[in-house]
Amino acid sequence: MPSPRESFGRHLHELQDDLLVMGSMVEKALERSMESLKNRNLEMAHQVIEDDVKINQKRFDIEEKCVELIATQQPMASDLRVIIAVLNIIVDLERIADHAEGNAKIAVMIGKEPPLKPLIDLPRMNQKTVDMLRRSLDAFCNRDADAARSICGDDDEVDNLYDQVFRELLTFMAEDPKTITRATRLIWVGHNLERSADRVTNICERVVYLVTGKMSEICVSKY
Amino acid sequence: MGDSEAKIEAVRFSFYYGKRQALKDVNLRVKEHQITALIGPSGCGKSTFLRALNRMNDIIPGARAEGEIMLDGQNIYAPGVDVVDLRKRVGMVFQQPNPFPKTIFENVAFGPRVLGLDGKLSMDEVVEKSLRSAALWDEVKDVLNKSGLALSGGQQQRLCIARALATEPEVLLMDEPCSALDPQSTLRIEELMNELKARYTIVIVTHNMQQAARVSDWTGFLLLGDLVEYDKTAELFSRPQDKRTDDYITGRFG
Repeated sequence: MPSPRESFGRHLHELQDDLLVMGSMVEKALERSMESLKNRNLEMAHQVIEDDVKINQKRFDIEEKCVELIATQQPMASDLRVIIAVLNIIVDLERIADHAEGNAKIAVMIGKEPPLKPLIDLPRMNQKTVDMLRRSLDAFCNRDADAARSICGDDDEVDNLYDQVFRELLTFMAEDPKTITRATRLIWVGHNLERSADRVTNICERVVYLVTGKMSEICVSKY
Repeated sequence: MGDSEAKIEAVRFSFYYGKRQALKDVNLRVKEHQITALIGPSGCGKSTFLRALNRMNDIIPGARAEGEIMLDGQNIYAPGVDVVDLRKRVGMVFQQPNPFPKTIFENVAFGPRVLGLDGKLSMDEVVEKSLRSAALWDEVKDVLNKSGLALSGGQQQRLCIARALATEPEVLLMDEPCSALDPQSTLRIEELMNELKARYTIVIVTHNMQQAARVSDWTGFLLLGDLVEYDKTAELFSRPQDKRTDDYITGRFG
């Protein structure tokens, strides 16, 4: 159907593009923070910390655009829901980026200390979270509520990995109290990732709202 | 479905202009003391429906109604219904403010003069009460003998509302009541509607969807004579169930 509101449609499309750009900035932050932890790459860790400012700015830019569209275009129904969904999703994205930044800061704290153990489950958690994030934004673009719901199931895997990380690090600390500082830092990393995956499930809930108009908690997380 | 009773209920109501069917089997309950808005693109049947509620369409040659419209449980299309009495109970305000070329006082007094006062209030009292209800009294109380046509557009429309209220209707039909008014006057009329709904049941037809969203409690969306969707206004404008409603209110067509 030809739309008499083409320019508004274009604005909505740009908003979606902006959201995807922000999403990829956040993915990159997650990937690089883990990279910096794994490979003791302090330069990369500092880069993640610096780039977080850009992500925060992007979030404000998008919010500004949403406010302008509401003020000037009086969006209704599905158009209104797109804007409301975007307004909520950018908050979750911004917070995930903060968690990534937190992990980069931990990488800086650990510095060149000898590794407690090779990192295996934490990179897995990170990869899983990045994958969930990417799929949640795909679901947003495709207006696919089923896909969004199914992503929530993956949050359990992240929670299970977190359990595993926690148990393992506990044994290190129990055996040798000298490892407590290093082990605790790694638990923080796991916690940051667990929170990030939870934030992705929030994004999924927004996608379901966008498509169906229903607001409800679809993902009950263990943590 | 709602907090109050149906004041008006359309039951399988269809309307024809000659061979053309303007309304198709419309079922709709207008709640008492609520504002019901009808929206839809030009030619969807919303004005036809509004005018059917006090049988204003009767005079159009070849026009024909099927089904029923119940007002307090009585079919207004039943044989023997007194149309003058019906229109006293169901008043109407039109798109263009159309005061009579008479004084402000006489504009409001016109209906009660024709229909007769019920004796409880004097004509002066009826006029004042009606003008107060229409939020116009303070502006005109010292110039009641001036011509109604000397007022501004927004004031003229409120004068027309006062005129409609003077016969003490139960239902007020409003056909695009603000489309000829500036934004300030529009907001005044909307505010007024909000006050009036405590005493009257209001049905409004509007092209302005933001107005429907602002002012009404219930909204019906009509398309090509079909009532596509009818719901609480907040629901209809945030999560319409029908794709056609969504397309229309987001401006995809219409």
